[in-house]
Amino acid sequence: MEELALHILDLVQNCVEAQASWVYIRVAEDPALNTLSVSIEDNGRGMNEEQQARAIDPFYTTRTTRKVGLGIPLLKAAAEDTGGSFTITSAPGRGTLIEASFVRDHIDRVPVGNMADTLSALLALHNNIELRYEHVVGDRSFCLSTAVLREICGDELSHPRIVSWLRSYISEQENSLEV
Amino acid sequence: MKSIEELRRLREEVRQMTKLREGSPEIKIIVGMGTCGIAAGARETLNTFVQEVAEQSIEGVSVTQSGCVGLCDREPIVEVQHGAERTIYARVTPERARRIVTEHIKGGRTIAEWITRN
Repeated sequence: MEELALHILDLVQNCVEAQASWVYIRVAEDPALNTLSVSIEDNGRGMNEEQQARAIDPFYTTRTTRKVGLGIPLLKAAAEDTGGSFTITSAPGRGTLIEASFVRDHIDRVPVGNMADTLSALLALHNNIELRYEHVVGDRSFCLSTAVLREICGDELSHPRIVSWLRSYISEQENSLEV
Repeated sequence: MKSIEELRRLREEVRQMTKLREGSPEIKIIVGMGTCGIAAGARETLNTFVQEVAEQSIEGVSVTQSGCVGLCDREPIVEVQHGAERTIYARVTPERARRIVTEHIKGGRTIAEWITRN
């Protein structure tokens, strides 16, 4: 995967499959400490220790149509390639927290990429999940919450015209973090 | 910069439009969003469909997802369901997505050269 945003999209799909009703995505960049961390937390069905060990194994999946699950191993490798770390915290019935830390200026660090495209895809696809996204860069931050958006948009939140508008909005907000 | 006030107005506009039509969507566009699909560009494909449907104000069409269907080498895979009729397209780039909207969704003609079998 060429963007962290694509890893995030892929892993949130796992949360959906694990029947989460909320997902919290956080991307925190600290230029001063030269760190970048990504965390994805959900209240889905969770995993026991054996399932967690198998989740980081590229030859394991819960899916039946194909024999290998690559989402988690790919993000783990992307983090570890920069000298960073990767952890899963989970228990059955208690949801899952995935954390990947990167050395921010490492030459192999995958760019954050297009979070507007990732979030608009998730908004279009998963109307029944509460999504909270936070992107912090130094002392700047952008936060998006579907609970807040739902107060404004109601059931029309996943309508193509609303999603397209939100994609441009997120893109503007994300770009202003980079300055 | 886009304002929340603008979003409120858009929502009202969308609500007025959708109130006019009841019932479930006639056409479903289903994009494969498994790891294999995402790695092959399914996010851009999905967003292109959403954007085209929005910009051309096409009603009665929904954009949804499927997981990996075992055709990983042909991703992004897109299925168009129109009643009982199902068409599966392979390697749907954003350019192909735009042509599917124009010719199949709006024009009612399938694009034979991109159809794949499962």
